[in-house]
Amino acid sequence: MDERERLKSFEQTVLPHLDAAYNLARWLAGNDHDAQDVAQEACLRALKFFGSFRGDNARAWLLTIVRNTFYTWLRKNRPPQNVIEIGEEGLAVEDVTVNAEILNSRLADTETIRHAIEELPVEFREIVILREMEGFSYKEIAGLADVPIGTVMSRLTRARRQLQKRLAGEFKPGAKP
Amino acid sequence: MNCQQARLLIDAYADGELDPAGILELEKHLHDCPACALVFRNVQILKKSLKSDSLFFTAPTELRQKLKAELRPQTESTKPFRIWKWFTAVTASAAVICLALLLSLVLTRPSARQQLAQEIVSSHIRSLMANHEMDVASSDQHTVKPWFDGKLDFSPPVKDLAAQGFPLTGGRLDYLGNRAVAALVFHRAKHVINLFVWPTKEGDSEPAVVVPINGYNLIHWARGGMTFWAVSDLNERELMEFARDFGAN
Repeated sequence: MDERERLKSFEQTVLPHLDAAYNLARWLAGNDHDAQDVAQEACLRALKFFGSFRGDNARAWLLTIVRNTFYTWLRKNRPPQNVIEIGEEGLAVEDVTVNAEILNSRLADTETIRHAIEELPVEFREIVILREMEGFSYKEIAGLADVPIGTVMSRLTRARRQLQKRLAGEFKPGAKP
Repeated sequence: MNCQQARLLIDAYADGELDPAGILELEKHLHDCPACALVFRNVQILKKSLKSDSLFFTAPTELRQKLKAELRPQTESTKPFRIWKWFTAVTASAAVICLALLLSLVLTRPSARQQLAQEIVSSHIRSLMANHEMDVASSDQHTVKPWFDGKLDFSPPVKDLAAQGFPLTGGRLDYLGNRAVAALVFHRAKHVINLFVWPTKEGDSEPAVVVPINGYNLIHWARGGMTFWAVSDLNERELMEFARDFGAN
């Protein structure tokens, strides 16, 4: 394939997923500037390795590269103590027995929920984005994030409990000014 | 099943990732245990909120432009070439291309259905790239349906599936398989679903998954003399949910 054809094919196959790539990069990096760097770098890497793309899911393939690019970038640009180590065990079965209707009205507030997601450890955050915004199956996420399906399940469960706790917490007596 | 076991499965259940045996057991438990039922309801509410469009970051124009500049093909080598060399090169490559084309035609001629599926995916991508999803933007099925009158020689069924989480956002005319067809546009979070509709002679069939093309999922069915093709980058399970919701009376 000549260069022109290769570029054309890349533009048709991979670039339609640029929004998804940027969205993931934005949620991982936490700001627009870094997210643009990561997304751009990832697209260029994708182009470089486009010849080896054999699968049928270009979006999953591109997001895998975005994710890897992000972690490489993270190691280079942020001090390691900001990377939170999480254990896989100890999923507490705590009650989130908050009134469902109250939670509902709370969640209508986008800013609140955005903050809550941002405060999740990055390993939880990425699973939430891949599942809820991108709609990938557990199996696809496992492949994308290179972890077992069981880990996807437990991280997703723990991420949701953390989100609910944070969102519900604001209603506990005394939590409000 | 006790509460401790149930709590570990509630999320997979809400995600449609639980196996049939697990579903049975968990549903029985949720029926009997109001506390776990509440946890499940909260997961559903949270999931719904996380699908909100306003949480999705769209790639800024600046990034698109930067990439466009990076992706411009490198100018070809400018080594001097004699004219006859050009001729030989051009003729030789033309011959090779002809041969390759012939071979590829013989070896890989796609079936009519595959070709149609490819056309559908291309049309879907074009509608997204050109920012031309819709000719008529409306979430009201009573606006969208009459809009097609006079533009097509048939009247496509139009329904809003907002209640099922697939709001109708509009419709447009498209051209597929040598005929004008109706394209209905639905959304699921940031995912666009194009539903192509046109009359057919084929008998009714249930929604069936077609082999994905370039990561786009396709579902096809026929009903009441109309053929339906749903295409989206949405995952297969949710797209099937959409097809069932649309097909259901």
